[in-house]
Amino acid sequence: MAKKKFVVASFDDEKVLFPAVKKVRLSGYKIHDVYTPYPVHGLDHALGLRETSLHTAGFIYGISGTTIALGGMGWVFTTDWPLNIGGKPHFPLPAFIPITFETTVLLSAVGMVLTFCYLCQLAPFVKKHHFSLRATDDLFVMVIECTSKTNVDDLQSFLSNAGAVDVNVQEAEAGWWLGTYDKDQVLLKEQPAV
Amino acid sequence: MKPGNKAKAKIRKGMSLLRYESQLREPLVDGNKTYHDVTEDICRPIEAKPGKLWYVGFFISVALLLFGIYSVYREVVYGIGQWNVNHSVGWGWDITNFVWWVGIGHAGTLISAILLLFRQTWRNGVNRAAEAMTIFAVMCAGQFPIWHMGRVWNAYFVFPYPNTRGPLWPNFASPLMWDVFAISTYFTVSLLFWYSGLIPDFATIRDRAKTKFRKLTYGIAAFGWTGSTKHWQRQESLSLVLAGLATPLVLSVHTIVSFDFATSVIPGWHTTIFPPYFVAGAIFSGFAMVQTLLLITRKVLGLESYITIGHIEAMNKVIVLTGSIVGCAYLTELFMAFYSQNQYENYAFFYSRANFFSPYGWAYWSMMFCNVVSPQIFWFRKMRRNLWVTMFLSIVVNVGMWFERFVIIVTSLFRDYLPSSWGYYYSPTIWEIGFYVGTFGLFFTCYFLFSKYFPVIAVAEIKQILKVSGESYKEQMDKLEEEPVDEFASAAAH
Repeated sequence: MAKKKFVVASFDDEKVLFPAVKKVRLSGYKIHDVYTPYPVHGLDHALGLRETSLHTAGFIYGISGTTIALGGMGWVFTTDWPLNIGGKPHFPLPAFIPITFETTVLLSAVGMVLTFCYLCQLAPFVKKHHFSLRATDDLFVMVIECTSKTNVDDLQSFLSNAGAVDVNVQEAEAGWWLGTYDKDQVLLKEQPAV
Repeated sequence: MKPGNKAKAKIRKGMSLLRYESQLREPLVDGNKTYHDVTEDICRPIEAKPGKLWYVGFFISVALLLFGIYSVYREVVYGIGQWNVNHSVGWGWDITNFVWWVGIGHAGTLISAILLLFRQTWRNGVNRAAEAMTIFAVMCAGQFPIWHMGRVWNAYFVFPYPNTRGPLWPNFASPLMWDVFAISTYFTVSLLFWYSGLIPDFATIRDRAKTKFRKLTYGIAAFGWTGSTKHWQRQESLSLVLAGLATPLVLSVHTIVSFDFATSVIPGWHTTIFPPYFVAGAIFSGFAMVQTLLLITRKVLGLESYITIGHIEAMNKVIVLTGSIVGCAYLTELFMAFYSQNQYENYAFFYSRANFFSPYGWAYWSMMFCNVVSPQIFWFRKMRRNLWVTMFLSIVVNVGMWFERFVIIVTSLFRDYLPSSWGYYYSPTIWEIGFYVGTFGLFFTCYFLFSKYFPVIAVAEIKQILKVSGESYKEQMDKLEEEPVDEFASAAAH
């Protein structure tokens, strides 16, 4: 992957961050990402990110678990090796509920966590470029991608005016594939006041 | 429907009201803390050398663990005869300890999952340690049924896989089989839940690491976490759904453990009240264990600003509630035994248990005192906020809950339907006790390592509530109270 140029602005308060995000987007800059030390509620909407569908994946894993457990136990007890246990039915549904439930939960949880790790590209030994080491401590780090048209100096002073405590330019490889999830990011346009 | 831009702008205007929390509520983070202070306070114990007490505690735990390993070694080599379990008391100490440990695990999931769904922000200070306790307790619990199998080298027979023995499938309609699924699922889901929350905190330690080794190890553990907004969005969604899954899961696990008893035809076990009664008892004993651990942890690691007296009090409230539910269940059992007029039920409850002169009457009355009478002291606010009383009672409660399982198992089994098998007073051998002591060793060895190498409080989650529930930010709530509410209400209404 080619190296790209980024302008990195750090904010120390989410109260400053929100208006800054709006200003930057209104001015037509493309925000690569904002790195925060904790989940800042509403920031995903402010950045124009869509809702995650992780829970839908969880549901699909869950019903797969239900099907596998019920189908598997039913097949074993009725087809593969039917046993007469005290004259009880071969498909005792109430007695199958505990295992069916546990398998549903197990598959859903394991599947969701693996999907989460895959989508976020999280795994041991994965190395990514960290724009600021304090992004996991106390700073909210906004990273803006520069194109050939970007005037870097203007952008830097613009960000300082927006309340950033520190602005610098970094060349980095945003080389993991989801780094470009905001490819089709829609620019925010101010609505005319009514 | 997504709100239009106009509505969005309106919400943003009145958004400061979203940060409002009444000043009447106690702060959840004491002192004038910034985000950086939170990181410092919680990461400092990991980066410093542990004190003398840590080494003493750790080596005692390892010694206990080694004694436990030796006890189990004897049981494997010489057979189950090393224990005093006998023909009518087949379950004895072993299964008592299994149920006790599983029960202790339940508080962790209650705190991390159920309180998350109920939006109880005080959980953020205690959930990490409580979840760790869950995982270690389930690890200890799992030992008992495994080694109780006797021929432990055949333990893998319980897993359903196409095999060359027939194929010989396990009996999916058996409660013992349900246990295999319940305990293994519970352990896996708790571990995933715990670790997915730990990743961002490991990244915090990685990014402030001063030594190369620490940077490397925590870097591996942090999975390359950056704190990207999209990742946080997914992480929040993940933990919410995992909480939604873990909530019915935790209720199901102890329900299934109670089915081991309730689906049998043994007097004293064959009752429909068992599932709710066991679940309440599990949460009761689990919270007591959380108190024991956290009272020491907060003192030793100096985390009193994050695990405040308010946290302790909240947990004591849960203890008095669940203790009273358990007491209610004990009385209901007695009434149902009387009301059924079944002579076997009557014998189990009024001769073997609630009788000072029966061989195990002492155990029943100890249980009654520890579990029902003693926690009632927590109706008084002063007692709930007294650390010494809390510490003492948390231990009393766990002794009581151990007796509960002992009473249920032994008093129902030691006199069975065949009086010629009677006459044997079951008491454990040194190797049965050794096994139990060994699981304490395992539990505390893990906990000591956890408290040294892991952030015992969820750093990111504390930062999330800092500006709403932090002591120094509470003062600003006055200003928010003066903001007009109408605009906020109309904008926030869907």
